[in-house]
Amino acid sequence: MHDAAQNAAPVDHAGRAARFIADGEQTAWHDSVLWRIREKRDAVSEGVEGWERLRDLASQIKEHTLSKLDEYLIEFEKCATANGVQVHWAEDAEAHNRIVHDLLEARDVRRVVKSKSMLTEECGLNPYLEARGLEVVDTDLGERIVQLRGEPPSHLVAPAIHIRREEISVLFHEELGTPAGSSDPQFLAGAMRRDLRARFLSADAAITGVNFAVASTGGLVVVTNEGNADLGVHLAPVHIACMGIEKLIPKPEHLGVFLRLLSRSATGQPLSIYTSHFHRPAPGRELHIVLVDNGRTRHLAREDFRASLKCIRCGACLNTCPVYRRSGGHSYGATPSGPIGAILAPGRDMEKYATLPFASSLCGSCSDVCPVKIDIHAQLYRWRQVAAREGHISRGKRLGMHMAGWITRRPARYRLAGRLARSLLRYAPRRLLYGRWNVWGRARDIPEPPARSFGEWYAAEQGKK
Amino acid sequence: MNRKRRHNAPRSAGSGAQEGSPNGYPARKAILEAVRRAKPPAVPLPSITGVRDPDSGDPVSRFMASVQAAAADVQIVGTGGVEAAVRERYPEAGSIAATVPAWSFDWMAAGADVQTMARLDVLVCPGELGVAENGAVWLGESAMGPRAAPFLTQHLVLVLDRSAIVADMHAAYDRLDVAREGYGVFVAGPSKTADIEQMLVIGAHGPRSLTVLLT
Repeated sequence: MHDAAQNAAPVDHAGRAARFIADGEQTAWHDSVLWRIREKRDAVSEGVEGWERLRDLASQIKEHTLSKLDEYLIEFEKCATANGVQVHWAEDAEAHNRIVHDLLEARDVRRVVKSKSMLTEECGLNPYLEARGLEVVDTDLGERIVQLRGEPPSHLVAPAIHIRREEISVLFHEELGTPAGSSDPQFLAGAMRRDLRARFLSADAAITGVNFAVASTGGLVVVTNEGNADLGVHLAPVHIACMGIEKLIPKPEHLGVFLRLLSRSATGQPLSIYTSHFHRPAPGRELHIVLVDNGRTRHLAREDFRASLKCIRCGACLNTCPVYRRSGGHSYGATPSGPIGAILAPGRDMEKYATLPFASSLCGSCSDVCPVKIDIHAQLYRWRQVAAREGHISRGKRLGMHMAGWITRRPARYRLAGRLARSLLRYAPRRLLYGRWNVWGRARDIPEPPARSFGEWYAAEQGKK
Repeated sequence: MNRKRRHNAPRSAGSGAQEGSPNGYPARKAILEAVRRAKPPAVPLPSITGVRDPDSGDPVSRFMASVQAAAADVQIVGTGGVEAAVRERYPEAGSIAATVPAWSFDWMAAGADVQTMARLDVLVCPGELGVAENGAVWLGESAMGPRAAPFLTQHLVLVLDRSAIVADMHAAYDRLDVAREGYGVFVAGPSKTADIEQMLVIGAHGPRSLTVLLT
């Protein structure tokens, strides 16, 4: 709902991050627990012979698919339809939500169970259906926790990673009637297992996302660790799978490449627990697929940015990002969050998400771990230029950039500015140097200025010879 | 809100291809045309080379190590030892069923009702293929009874022929015809979650344990 059109105010990433890091202990925990996932990813990928080749292959397969996406969409539709699957097309979030709602309403559905789907989050499906009287229950444990708290997920793979177990204990006490103070994860998960089992058994329809769609067979692949997608789908009479059009891959053999990368990159597992392949509905049941554009074709046309459509939503770039780990997923105000969110969201709405490309040190760690080799940090840098060109950056930042540009354009100006700065930093009172204008200096000390510049030192050394 | 059934209600524009010509829907046409305008010049499809697992070691022992790493049990029992191994592993189990009549358990037919499945303590299914690199076992629809059964059961036992273990996922997809059945799944452990503080909990929504028996 945070991402739907109704909330158009620009996201102030730095302001939201400041609220997150106000709790230092929580920030340190968040940072370290995500870094541990990164370490697990490293350990398990090092054991795979040809890991880098796998990443290359995955990237090339996706690039190929995007370059023939129209043909693969037609092939997929043809095969899926022949399999008895009903295929629907949605140009935008509103059309997607309407199609899903029409399908549910026509079947008199009241209770819907839903497994994890970033697309339905992007489209704001839950609030859309709830406003029309349907009960929608997210069934992934983390998703259910954030749903009960009325929050969006903060991480692609671990939606409730920003919440401590004591808070979950209070939530479950209120919502599920668990004893106050019980915070053992095994116990809490068990309480949710009992609660959701009853909901699985009584659901009228199940909605899932899609990890991969195979053009040559018309099949869908959905990956979970909990088994929640399967429980929902196999028990309800209707399965609606919602997918962005970029989820296609050509053939089943390509699943081998992506599945070997996906779970290792996401959680450090060699494979997630359940990798489910749906080709035909069970006898007497219905399977629907909604193919969604919602800005993807617009993004495909952007040569500098289209590579982000290769994303397989593993979350590795979040786990490795020094900014994400210390600012939390909600600071991005977008789903997905993190580095990948920071290059996808501006493509959807630059005015709203102009601060996100600046939520990065441009260290490049995201690009290094990306299993499909998206040039994430390079795209962040390019989005900054677009943001500046289109006038979406703050006056202070614009002024600073102009000044820096003016100074560095002429060597003489640059040398003079350096001399001025060195004496100013030495002699000006601290109050002036660390005034309100010095955003950088709020949490850091300005380094001791050297007596002379490198240029001056070099000239002197040359003179000695 | 109008809650009357209207199965034959006209679809909104942009909806499905199920009624009439699939080409007539404006959203489909618009999306495909937008893709054609936007797509980059053709990029060749690479062939999958240089990534096959070179490990020529015993795939059975690698498979067993992978299964154990996923917090599941694995034993070699031989063809005659399945029943004894299941009863020994789950001595408390009240209701044990199998999806094929090969073993002397109750039979879980494909048409079994939800109540039967929900009461199940242990379900025994024949796996079709195992993958050494990750301990996954492929279970086709015809081997699982109703599709929900291997997820609703409290404990799952997969019986796999040792000769059906391949090195990696590439070999697995070479061997499998994934579209042969309407549904199939790789199972690589008991249902689990780490959504509370990243602490591992076994038995999230599905089976609380997985046992793989090799014959």
